[in-house]
Amino acid sequence: MVKKLPPVDVVLVGFGWTGAILGQELTDAGLNVVAIERGGWRDTPTDFAVTFAQDELRYYYRQALFQEPVRETLTFRNSPDQTALPMRRLGSFLPGTGVGGAGIHWNGQTWRFLPSDFAALRHNTERYGAQAIPETMTIQDWPVGYDELEPYYDRFEYLCGISGKAGNLNGQIVEGGNPFEGARRRDYPNPPMQMVYGPTLFGAAAKELGYHPFPAPSANMSRAYTNPLGVTLAPCTYCGFCEKYGCGNYSKSSPQTTVIPVLLRKDNFELRTNSEVLRVNRDSSGKRATGVTYVDIQGQEYEQPAEIVILCAYILHNVHLLLVSGIGTPYDARSGEGTVGRNYAYQIVSGVNAFFDDKLFNPYIGAGALGIVIDDFNGDNFDHAGKGFIGGGYLACWNTNGRPIENSPTPENTPKWGAKWKSAVAKNYLRTASVSTHGAVMSHRNNYLDLDPTYRNAYGQPLLRMTFDYTDNEMKMSEFLTERAADLARAMKPREIRINARKGHYSIVPYQTTHNTGGTVMGDNPRDSVINRYLQSWDVPNLFVMGAGAFPQNPGYNPTGTVGALTYWTAEAIRSQYLKNPGPLVQA
Amino acid sequence: MRRLTRTSITTLAAMVLLTDVSGATDFDYAKLEKGRALVDAGDCVACHTQDKAKPFAGGRAIPTPFGTIYSANITPDRDTGIGAWTADDFYRAMHEGVGPHGERLYPAFPYPYFTRMSRDDVEAVHAYLMSLDPVSNTPPPNELIWPLNIRTFMAGWNMLFFNKGTYQPDPNKSAEWNRGAYLVEGPGHCGACHTPKNIFGADKASKALQGGVIQDWTAPNLTAQTSEGLGGWSEADIAEYLKTGRNRLSGATGLMAEVVVNSTSKMSDADLKAIAVYLKDVGPSSAPSVSAPAQNFMQAGEAVYRDSCAACHQGNGTGVPHMFPPLQGNAMVQQADPTTVLRIILEGAKTAATAQRPTTSAMPAYGWKLDDQQIAAVATYVRNSWGNKAGPVASDMVSRMRGAINARKAAPQTVGTGARVDAQQSH
Repeated sequence: MVKKLPPVDVVLVGFGWTGAILGQELTDAGLNVVAIERGGWRDTPTDFAVTFAQDELRYYYRQALFQEPVRETLTFRNSPDQTALPMRRLGSFLPGTGVGGAGIHWNGQTWRFLPSDFAALRHNTERYGAQAIPETMTIQDWPVGYDELEPYYDRFEYLCGISGKAGNLNGQIVEGGNPFEGARRRDYPNPPMQMVYGPTLFGAAAKELGYHPFPAPSANMSRAYTNPLGVTLAPCTYCGFCEKYGCGNYSKSSPQTTVIPVLLRKDNFELRTNSEVLRVNRDSSGKRATGVTYVDIQGQEYEQPAEIVILCAYILHNVHLLLVSGIGTPYDARSGEGTVGRNYAYQIVSGVNAFFDDKLFNPYIGAGALGIVIDDFNGDNFDHAGKGFIGGGYLACWNTNGRPIENSPTPENTPKWGAKWKSAVAKNYLRTASVSTHGAVMSHRNNYLDLDPTYRNAYGQPLLRMTFDYTDNEMKMSEFLTERAADLARAMKPREIRINARKGHYSIVPYQTTHNTGGTVMGDNPRDSVINRYLQSWDVPNLFVMGAGAFPQNPGYNPTGTVGALTYWTAEAIRSQYLKNPGPLVQA
Repeated sequence: MRRLTRTSITTLAAMVLLTDVSGATDFDYAKLEKGRALVDAGDCVACHTQDKAKPFAGGRAIPTPFGTIYSANITPDRDTGIGAWTADDFYRAMHEGVGPHGERLYPAFPYPYFTRMSRDDVEAVHAYLMSLDPVSNTPPPNELIWPLNIRTFMAGWNMLFFNKGTYQPDPNKSAEWNRGAYLVEGPGHCGACHTPKNIFGADKASKALQGGVIQDWTAPNLTAQTSEGLGGWSEADIAEYLKTGRNRLSGATGLMAEVVVNSTSKMSDADLKAIAVYLKDVGPSSAPSVSAPAQNFMQAGEAVYRDSCAACHQGNGTGVPHMFPPLQGNAMVQQADPTTVLRIILEGAKTAATAQRPTTSAMPAYGWKLDDQQIAAVATYVRNSWGNKAGPVASDMVSRMRGAINARKAAPQTVGTGARVDAQQSH
């Protein structure tokens, strides 16, 4: 028996970064907002207390904070001619569950995309000719540009208290920042983090090679910070438990440390936890969402009517919800028709370890976004002529952690267990620096999301099916970036290096990065996109779809900064345009 | 006001009574608003609310050294609340500690403070309470030890300890000072917690505001004494703390967090400033004489501190402003009675969240991680480092506090041990 609840103005599906920001913005506009979150309540003092938060087994290896595959998972295959199998344990990426979502367990690397990233198709075609874009590459321009998003990037960075150094202030290049970045109106709200030895050496080596090193923009606080909402964060203690962990020191920006304390005080906001949305409901015309149906932890189903429905879950879940709700046309790889699930993309990472005899790096003094970066090989910051690929990535030397189970680098030809392995770990644990590459993935005709024909979730719905592999473009690009990383590692003058290149097909098993994008991409017209430039559904105008699913392809940066900017951008569009005149904000 | 739409006979009767007494009707917005502000200042809601959905309906257990008292229903319900009380009845309760049938009230209801309130103010409080929704709720009977379970016994207590009388302004002080004194000594009843008690539970008048212990919390010294009191706080610090629950020196936890959220954060800036002006003028208690702790104990404490505390409170005890209080110069840390220090180390604490300071900052519990000896050492260390000076903490004090915390967790309702008597009234 489904219980029908009293209607509200807005229902938010999922309560991570995008849900929390929209909750704050739309309650400010006077709307009654309900957020429905599949996982449980979480807050800093109760759930990530410093007395137990730093626990590798519990949080990473036993996956305490992540999506639970026993309730909801996906199936995977590399190509359309294979049969997909279900992921019974998460691997390559780690979507969150619970209040705060993956915003709880991220590293805090908070980037803006390059202005040229927003015009991937036009820019690369103009510079390198149409033949630079392979026929099966389905990249497209964003329907919004960097300059339009700049104020919203700014809002997110000030919400979070990002620590960093501007490289381009209103068009003026600033020494020590990233000279390739788009112009920003003002500097970061906080200065860069205190730099540690390994990244400092990397920065010196990069300079020697003629590159442009700068401190990574970080959501780990370089000092105490009170954001524009009045919420206070404490300085980072450099404990090295960011990615895969909640921060016990209020030092990493998350919905909990930036928005939720203010939002939950409001009478016109309500949060329902342990409640999984099963579908978006529509009226008989199919063009208007009437609300959502969800099930609570006791198995009771509810219908929550709402004037506006906003999907704020992780991209995989947002795509899944559209597909099981029958909204939009599912993408068909054979014909190239349809949009829901199209242009799924990921990222491609590799790294080089540098082993030293004469230097100590104290890896346990770390933070998720503590590092020195060069952006010389990202996007179109370098000439791609003759290289056989487009796009790029950044190279960085991070000091994210010295967590002993996860982080025990050993030189080439070290056995994987036994006495020799132990002695190699002991010898190198304090004496290793690493240069990593973080590369873009372009969208491709055969990389997509749809519903699995065989496997079902705990609620009897078909699982989401992911079909994905790297293409020549990514492999060539990653090879190029890895060579540059090796050059940089050598320039740091270590005893030896170990190159961990990306080889072969994409494997979903080893952890790489939780930067899944696409599937609900934004665009200028409904033929090649699910949502318009305001992240509004083309098919159902009172439905908005947030998150990195909107990215038409995946640039070479971590996505959260852009996800935050797009959220503020949408909030503004709803407040200033949609509420006055509900309906399509862009005519198809 | 929902009262505007109500037409019941009882309501009309109450309105007539109000009109008779004060010459004003209960539609007098200014009077209701004044009453609301005084009810906030008195933090009535804290004791008189058990179920948050039914504010002022009473039934909250108030543990005392003499047993448990359950707060009264002060909504205008005729049968179970104060709906049948006249304004005179209400004033007599507030001013004399005597109920409408002549029964003695217990001073867990702080009439020794409310007696200082002016008749006008008490009537405003009454008018406000009568404007609330009546809630039918009969609080449980008190559980007091003999002979305190006999209400007439309180007549003797009053003779010994109760000093009836409205606040008399000091003509030598400013209006602001007098307003502050009135709030502190009257409706705010600060001394109910912050003044030490004698064995009969009455204030030690000669030690007013020098700090007390209540429900296993230290209510710190509020005099101008430097190490334990407010000597190091400016007027602005005091006002900020009361308004926001946080200032550069401290954060409100425990019972004071409730007081800030329910009461002081809702008070006007002028009243908070007045309280600060008055408190800064309360003569300092004498400086405690303190023996220096053993060096090896301090070393053991420092090791624990560096490992478990320094990340937030910083290596030099300076803390993080408005998030993690500095321990250096911290008055709570240096209280003669270390109850709160030990309790916070053992079971952790959360600060009050207010509109101005919405972030709840918290310290996690260390009771499961550190043993009594380690906690005694680290408590001693923070009480005697960076210029701090306070008595060393022995491990049996930690052990007693651990026992008290465990007892409360195991059986929250068994603090009182007395006979069950007196089903009608709870004060």
